[in-house]
Amino acid sequence: MNKILFSAISKKFVMALAGLFLLLFLPVHLGINLMLLKDDPEPFNNAAHFMATFHLVKAVEILLLLTILVHVVYGIILQVQNWFLRPVRYAVRNKSETSAFSRFMIWTGGAVLIFLVIHFFNFYFMKLGLVDGDPENFYSIAYQLFSIPGYVILYWVCFILLGFHLYHSLQSAFQTLGLANDFWTPVIKGISLIYAVAVPLGFAIIPLFIWLLK
Amino acid sequence: MKLRLKIWRQKNAKTKGAFAFYDLDGVSPDMSFLEMLDSLNKKLIEEGKDPIAFDHDCREGICGSCGMFINGYPHGPVPGLTTCLLSMRYFKDGEKIVIEPWRAKPFPVIKDLIVDRSAFDKIQIAGGFISVTAGAASEANSILVRKKKSDEAFDSAICIGCGACVAACKNASAMLFVSAKISQFALLPQGRPEAKERVRAMIVEMDKQGFGTCSNTGACEAQCPKKIKLTNIARLNREYYSAF
Ligand code: SF4
Ligand code: FES
Repeated sequence: MNKILFSAISKKFVMALAGLFLLLFLPVHLGINLMLLKDDPEPFNNAAHFMATFHLVKAVEILLLLTILVHVVYGIILQVQNWFLRPVRYAVRNKSETSAFSRFMIWTGGAVLIFLVIHFFNFYFMKLGLVDGDPENFYSIAYQLFSIPGYVILYWVCFILLGFHLYHSLQSAFQTLGLANDFWTPVIKGISLIYAVAVPLGFAIIPLFIWLLK
Repeated sequence: MKLRLKIWRQKNAKTKGAFAFYDLDGVSPDMSFLEMLDSLNKKLIEEGKDPIAFDHDCREGICGSCGMFINGYPHGPVPGLTTCLLSMRYFKDGEKIVIEPWRAKPFPVIKDLIVDRSAFDKIQIAGGFISVTAGAASEANSILVRKKKSDEAFDSAICIGCGACVAACKNASAMLFVSAKISQFALLPQGRPEAKERVRAMIVEMDKQGFGTCSNTGACEAQCPKKIKLTNIARLNREYYSAF
């Protein structure tokens, strides 16, 4: 029974569920971030305050952190295991056609993780009181960060890589959950593409707008 | 045609192998890839050298014995063909061809281009069958099957167990193979009674044999000489989840 519960497919099932949860969270985060475009800092700060204090949201927050942890840890474990399965490598690079970006998930995922750590230092740890700053004024912290060109470039690069990650992840999660057939798979792939372009683009235009308009 | 061949030579499972270079002249574009290797072997034998070992049997794309990694592609650069059906007309005169065995930990090299694929047999033995009572075959039309389902079952049953999917996969995953072996029964009423036991047993064995985890890259589908579809893997996953 243990072998069945902890089979490779079960691990992937967990990966897929965790990934889908993160896919649901991103648009929520984007929705709040778009309030940065307003001149008035109140709505954004209120939303951030709400996210930080409301009980239900706090429960979801713990779930979210656990999800990230599981997704990252399982992703790394599975990838490292797979790397060891070809002890002698091919002399000629494997040219077999694959779904776009699927071969680079560990790398695009790694880049997103690095950004996430930076992001935690900038915001989340401040909220927890681990780093100095005023957690009630995330609006001005975001504006400060967006005024640093180096930060914005890093931000953009990470979001492009996130887009690559998302494109494969959405369709892959459905496939892993067994939700794929000749009719729906092309539709899901289309949705993956729209999602993978729209969400990172939404995040990426915010510093651009701030620069242009303010 | 004249060819410059770079071929993996390895005495046995224990020794370390290396590439050897051969120049081969007089290759006809009408030859199959294996016939080309035959002509090289003839030359090697005449020179008193050890011929290149490679697996083959039917030479008509139905047994799954043949298979090698040719210029970066399992079964060569032409989709939908086994190595035995790959014709030399797809190659250019003077071309350099690199030939390697399947590379995957569960498929250790036995000699030169031959790998041990008994890991696949073990997965099959674990559950890739239906139990039937011996005796006269029952009347075929007594169990009705939808045409679409029977076609799909057939399309997965044509997997020849060649291992190109594992060879192509960056994770050395056997999911396409196992999904074909599961689907051929899962889609038919005769396969349903033992469906749960089958999928559990085959998945446990697949893990035991040390194959990797699928990350849905699709390299297997692209390289499968029988065009086994990726949707079979989704079906395998469904079968697995519903086996609890
Ligand atoms: S799924 Fe295709 S590539 Fe894999 S063993 Fe079967 S026929 Fe060969
Ligand atoms: S020799 Fe039988 S499939 Fe190639």
